Amino acid sequence: MLQVSVYRYNPETDKKPYMQDFEIDTKGKDIMVLDVLHLVKEKDNGMSYRRSCREGVCGSDGLNMNGKNGLACITPVSEVVKNNKLIIRPLPGLPVIRDLVVDMTLFYKQYERIKPFLINDTPEPAIERLQSPEEREKLDGLYECILCACCSTACPSFWWNPDKFVGPSGLLQAYRFLIDSRDTATKERLAELDDPFSVFRCHGIMNCVAVCPKGLNPTRAIGNIRSMLLNNAT
Amino acid sequence: MVTNITNFGRSGLADWLIQRVTAVIMLAYTLFLLGFFLMNGDLDFVTWKLLFQGTAMRIFSLLALLSIAAHAWIGLWTVATDYIKPTGLRVAFHLVVILALFAYVVWGVQVLWGA
Ligand code: SF4
Ligand code: SF4
Ligand code: FES
Repeated sequence: MLQVSVYRYNPETDKKPYMQDFEIDTKGKDIMVLDVLHLVKEKDNGMSYRRSCREGVCGSDGLNMNGKNGLACITPVSEVVKNNKLIIRPLPGLPVIRDLVVDMTLFYKQYERIKPFLINDTPEPAIERLQSPEEREKLDGLYECILCACCSTACPSFWWNPDKFVGPSGLLQAYRFLIDSRDTATKERLAELDDPFSVFRCHGIMNCVAVCPKGLNPTRAIGNIRSMLLNNAT
Repeated sequence: MVTNITNFGRSGLADWLIQRVTAVIMLAYTLFLLGFFLMNGDLDFVTWKLLFQGTAMRIFSLLALLSIAAHAWIGLWTVATDYIKPTGLRVAFHLVVILALFAYVVWGVQVLWGA
């Protein structure tokens, strides 16, 4: 029997959040944490969490499992459980709406701020804007982000200043458009990031790299943005 | 763009660069002093005084002092904007830091050129 402890909070009925314990029968199999949550929900139908694709694509079930952020659907119990105990909490640093469901508004606001779309004011070609294989290669390791927020909610700089620091996820996307050969707004994008918070609040702690379920490296992207800012200004 | 008026440089990039450059200057000064102590095991006041009478040494010392001030301003500004959320309290903290650093610089100039 796996000892599972789940963060519970219903603002309509609870004064304070609390941890609720469950005994879950995994039938001796190494199931995913998301499966454990299904079994918990069978015992208590009111327990809330987000999920959709159950295969690490949609990014909706980012959770804190035994202290580490990750996607519940692709995290096997064996990877996180110590001493037969599994503690599941919502992603840290964001307001809790209910149980494991957090309010992602601040996270999305930062994403919106970096203008996550191609800007190109040259006349549109007849068919499409072409890229050389080399130019396209530069987007690898960037475009794969599924916006699960595991990284930003593991970042102390984002915890303290979620309204000013863009955060690892948003900065990874900022860089994705900064180095896209088809984008012509590089200077304007850089000007938006030049203040002491947006980029420079990153202290290179690399929590983001440690938790990204897609194996991406926001710290490297942030370093590259810094170099671009430096080249642009000196 | 997040606007700010209490940080040291004109931009985040300036702050970041100043933080790095001043760190290098402080390191160079520390290494120089360490080397000086190692080469003068039996240091007496006359040698010490002679060292600080040269203009080059005074310039280097002042540079190190200004570096400490700039470095501390940027560093403590960052800490304060992370942890002190009430605006009044934070601005008061910035002010105390800046005044203290200013006093140190003036005092340092007095020490360097006063002897
Ligand atoms: S490297 Fe930067 S963005 Fe990543 S967790 Fe650390 S401070 Fe946050
Ligand atoms: S960089 Fe990784 S952890 Fe961060 S939002 Fe994207 S996929 Fe999730
Ligand atoms: S449910 Fe879609 S990523 Fe986990």
